[in-house]
Amino acid sequence: MEYFVQQLINGLALGSIYGLIAIGYTMVYGIIGMINFAHGDVFMIGAFVALITFLVLGMIGITWLPFALLLVLVVAMVVASVYGWAIERLAYRPLRGSFRLAPLISAIGMSILLQNYVQITQGARVKPLPPLIQGGFVIMENDGFTVSLSYMQIIIVALTVILMIAFSALISRTALGRAQRACEQDRTMAALLGINVDRTISLTFVMGAALAAVAGLMFLVYYGVIDFFIGFLAGVKAFTAAVLGGIGSLPGAMLGGLLIGLIETFWSAYFTIEYKDVAAFSILIMVLIFRPTGLLGRPEVEKV
Amino acid sequence: MTMLSVAGVHTFYGNIEALRGVDIEVGEGEIVTLIGANGAGKSTLLMTICGNPAAARGQIAFAGENITAMPTFEIVRRGIAQSPEGRRIFPRMSVLENLQMGATTAPPEHFGADLEQAFTLFPILKARKDQRAGTLSGGEQQMLAIARALMSRPRLLLLDEPSLGLAPLVVRQIFDTLKRINAEQGMTIFLVEQNAYHALKLAHRGYVMVNGRITLSGSGADLLAMPEVRAAYLEGGH
Ligand SMILES: Nc1ncnc2c1ncn2[C@@H]1O[C@H](COP(=O)(O)OP(=O)(O)OP(=O)(O)O)[C@@H](O)[C@H]1O
Ligand SMILES: [Mg+2]
Repeated sequence: MEYFVQQLINGLALGSIYGLIAIGYTMVYGIIGMINFAHGDVFMIGAFVALITFLVLGMIGITWLPFALLLVLVVAMVVASVYGWAIERLAYRPLRGSFRLAPLISAIGMSILLQNYVQITQGARVKPLPPLIQGGFVIMENDGFTVSLSYMQIIIVALTVILMIAFSALISRTALGRAQRACEQDRTMAALLGINVDRTISLTFVMGAALAAVAGLMFLVYYGVIDFFIGFLAGVKAFTAAVLGGIGSLPGAMLGGLLIGLIETFWSAYFTIEYKDVAAFSILIMVLIFRPTGLLGRPEVEKV
Repeated sequence: MTMLSVAGVHTFYGNIEALRGVDIEVGEGEIVTLIGANGAGKSTLLMTICGNPAAARGQIAFAGENITAMPTFEIVRRGIAQSPEGRRIFPRMSVLENLQMGATTAPPEHFGADLEQAFTLFPILKARKDQRAGTLSGGEQQMLAIARALMSRPRLLLLDEPSLGLAPLVVRQIFDTLKRINAEQGMTIFLVEQNAYHALKLAHRGYVMVNGRITLSGSGADLLAMPEVRAAYLEGGH
């Protein structure tokens, strides 16, 4: 029982990180109908920028943790946003209107480019960050097995919940969110109403990238080690999460992220840790076969 | 003043030449209608005015400004609104959100009053305002498309077959509404219609398009009286 609860907590924290990345996949898919294959690498870039910013802040003596974290968060989000914007400009926009596979190929190229660029400039070895946020609560204790909830896990889940609420409000209530949904449904009509479609698509990439950077920072502080390859695995899993939840659906991305985090954690805990990635991918395949619209994907019912 | 001037415009879809040198003028405060058979190029002309597809040759000016090569969103921000062929309402948005989208280029302080006006013109939209637009009936969607176009407070309103799919009573009501908006607010209207009789009755002037070219033009009354117009577009009609 204690073991189970502990895994549940771990799974929720991991799932939050996947969920934040998955939002970027699902939003970009929603608006241009294509997967951004370089999105996982934006997450990786966000983690690296966070690490470098931590080191710089340490060197110039800004060590009060809440302030340092806030600064790192802002820097990582801004830099990742620039990458997200650049990916759209370089890999997607020039190919809009050409055959469907073309932008996917260029995005995969972009992904490889980013990985190699980080590998060359930062080295291929794993980069550590000393634990910044330690401690937590012991919420259960039995037969020498303790269930702990670390401060870091609380921060991850709380921040994710806040971001999700803010983000849902942005999409459902603001003019920008409306413009994004309009572009999703009918780009020609959106332009006829005065929406700058190119700018709206750019902003969608930027928003996804900013959230991926938050996830990157969480990953860095939670696990304490990163390398240039973390974007690939986390990216594929977050993509699986987005498909599982129903690609194009915002709550779906979050739900999918949580489920993938939980499945992966329980799989490693009760079966074998070597095959934990297989679990996520088996789920992906089964969803695609039995319910391709995902859990919260929308059935098309409108008469148009 | 000339509100819209289209001069020698050619438009292509790939190799298909849909407009083959179109000349049209719409003066400020006028209601002008364009009639023509299926496939003549009427919808293409309305879309070309809005830059999608862009004219391959020729020039389009709005209120004296050359808008031929501008992107669509820049063109419509100058004061053009279109209720396009096929209505193109946003099906997964509520009726209210569709109207908000229509007000994208309008000053926000007018929104409340403009919304009231739209609901007065089409009371059914008020009753349905929180409903997903995709679940509206065809006629209700048509009303929503027109109301959405009005929400931007356009100087030039482009309507592509606003009477399509509507009951005769509703058509009358919409045409009355257009006439009133034109008279009271001085809004310029350029209207494509299959329903040639009503359109020519309503309009100050009209054009007839055949195969991507303008073949006839004149006042609404003159066109209605022409035997070739009667034969081609008013068969069995009034
Ligand atoms: N997207 C497109 N791609 C290729 N050809 C097109 C496209 N849209 C229209 N056309 C062609 O251009 C010509 C003009 O079409 P358009 O829709 O402008 O006619 P219309 O006068 O509006 O007809 P209707 O009264 O049936 O609406 C037609 O021959 C049509 O087949
Ligand atoms: Mg048409």
